[in-house]
Amino acid sequence: MNLKPTRLRMCGNWVLDRFPLAQVWNEHMAHYYAPKNFNFWYFFGSLALLVLVNQFVTGILLTMNYKPDAKLAFDSVEYIMRDVNWGWLVRYMHSTGASAFFIVVYLHMFRGLLYGSFKQPRELIWIFGMLLFVALMAEAFMGYLLPWGQMSYWGAQVIISLFSAIPVVGDDLALWIRGDYVISDATLNRFFAFHVIAVPLVLVLLVFMHIVALHEVGSNNPDGVDIKKSKDPWGHPTDGIPFHPYYTVKDVVGVAVFLIFFATVIFYMPEMGGYFLEHANFIPADPMKTPEHIAPVWYFTPFYSILRAIPDKFAGVIGMGGSIVVLFLLPWLDRGKVKSIRYRGGIYKKALLLFVISFVALGYLGTQPVTPLATTMARIFTAIYFGFFLLMPIYTRWEKLKPVPNHITMQPTLEERIPELKALFEEVTEVKSEGEISKRSFNPTGAKNVLIRTAKNLKESLD
Amino acid sequence: MIDESVDKSKRQFLTTALTVVGAVGTGYLAVPFLSQMQPSVKAMAAGAPVEVDISKIEPGQLIRVAWRGKPVWVLQRSPEVLETLKTLDGQLRDPESDESEQPVLSKNPARSLKPEIFVAVGLCTHLGCSPTFRPEVAPHDLGADWKGGFFCPCHGSWFDLAGRVYKGVPAPTNLEVPPYRYITDTQIIIGEAAEEKNA
Repeated sequence: MNLKPTRLRMCGNWVLDRFPLAQVWNEHMAHYYAPKNFNFWYFFGSLALLVLVNQFVTGILLTMNYKPDAKLAFDSVEYIMRDVNWGWLVRYMHSTGASAFFIVVYLHMFRGLLYGSFKQPRELIWIFGMLLFVALMAEAFMGYLLPWGQMSYWGAQVIISLFSAIPVVGDDLALWIRGDYVISDATLNRFFAFHVIAVPLVLVLLVFMHIVALHEVGSNNPDGVDIKKSKDPWGHPTDGIPFHPYYTVKDVVGVAVFLIFFATVIFYMPEMGGYFLEHANFIPADPMKTPEHIAPVWYFTPFYSILRAIPDKFAGVIGMGGSIVVLFLLPWLDRGKVKSIRYRGGIYKKALLLFVISFVALGYLGTQPVTPLATTMARIFTAIYFGFFLLMPIYTRWEKLKPVPNHITMQPTLEERIPELKALFEEVTEVKSEGEISKRSFNPTGAKNVLIRTAKNLKESLD
Repeated sequence: MIDESVDKSKRQFLTTALTVVGAVGTGYLAVPFLSQMQPSVKAMAAGAPVEVDISKIEPGQLIRVAWRGKPVWVLQRSPEVLETLKTLDGQLRDPESDESEQPVLSKNPARSLKPEIFVAVGLCTHLGCSPTFRPEVAPHDLGADWKGGFFCPCHGSWFDLAGRVYKGVPAPTNLEVPPYRYITDTQIIIGEAAEEKNA
């Protein structure tokens, strides 16, 4: 007996006969097999997408009340903050979203460094990702001019002046970017256009290419093992699981945790002590006077530190540009044959650790005023930053690699760890009985043993 | 008889021709699009000269005027300051202003038409911040070597009271001196160059 299709189903079929919706869904979600051992570090790709959507929605709402005019811009932002219904929330979601975007993207990039996600055959994914990063920096920089505060104005003045350091064409180029002899209404208006339409379009296009390239070669994983090598009789990777529903559901957990942090910042510390929204930016732009201390927003400070560390205008600009260009070359600088840090030699682990320290230190120094000591420190860390990349072709050849398994390995789950944690608890505490009452108290010798063991394990894991 | 074979060279020619014509067209269109981002006629007109009354400036006082949207400083220097300027040459990167930007008539040690009145564009030649005016000698935060001058808070460049850059700071050249001339003894016009008098 044939069931008569419902009207709704008929409507659905009408669409599916004309548009390959099911095919796209299957290719990228339901039948896209991802390795089953994704860990914490694999949340940040989907979180970046979430923040991008947040920026789009809140950004569109902000444009409804913002005025891209040098005379009106600052007041229109204050108007949004005070008089527009929920304007403060939308604005803080947008400004916090900008910082969150960089946090998520930096962690996403670090994941790539950990597990060799940039290596063959994923070089192009890395390149698209780096282009996304550059577009994101342009987007953030131009967005920061729009509130037309002191920091907006002088930050833009400094960054656009960087172009004037280029020999021969530099001054004309800076003039062309500004559209005036100084940062002015013309600059604000064009930055608005770039920030609101041009760069977002580029971002969307690059995200599309980033994901298409990823789904062509398949996702890497914490073991760096190619899951396509072993397949079940139906042709599905035995170490893989469909992205939907497995990872969509897992990512929902990541989203929930992320939103807790995100909401905490929005509601309790939207300025983040002057790091997310700088104090000087609450004063309207004054072309006649520079603030006492100017620094870019935190996500640019590592690169800004490199600029300041080099005592020559043109060389400084080259150094700053080079610190980003060198990231593009990563797939070809790293000669190590193994992808994941789990099976790489100690030398790469130590180099990566040094790199992370220098990146964070440069970021901190970039927020501080210039002193001779700070400049010396910045120079040392700049050398380490470039050393990590430029010496890579040499030190990755010396690596003592560990054998890579054929299949992905599974880490113990939290449940499986419970006996281990119980044993640890027993070790750092002791039970004393006084008469009928027994008390559990802290055991210093046990704790000392645990600490020594942890330190030894840590040292071993770096070899 | 119809020739069944395809004339590939004709196709190739047409493809090449279309590509070339398309590229030329794109090139032509790029000119107005790119040129559209240059300063507009209005922005260029805003670069009009500015008249400044200097009769009310006290010795040691600095006033700021906007010219082309940039801060321009007019400073009245005392004879002591002018004496100090002569002693600084050894510490400066470009004491003779050979590599710096200024009108020909201002290319002298005091970098001005009349030594007591100093006019300069108040933007650091490094990355364009506006340095702060620090006329005092050896203040607490700048140290004993400070003889009075302009200090850029952004990246720590030092300039003396003639806008000349010190050695070992990020700024490459001296502060820019704009073209200006005296209309009367108490009035200057910024944006118009003084003409050399034929002796």
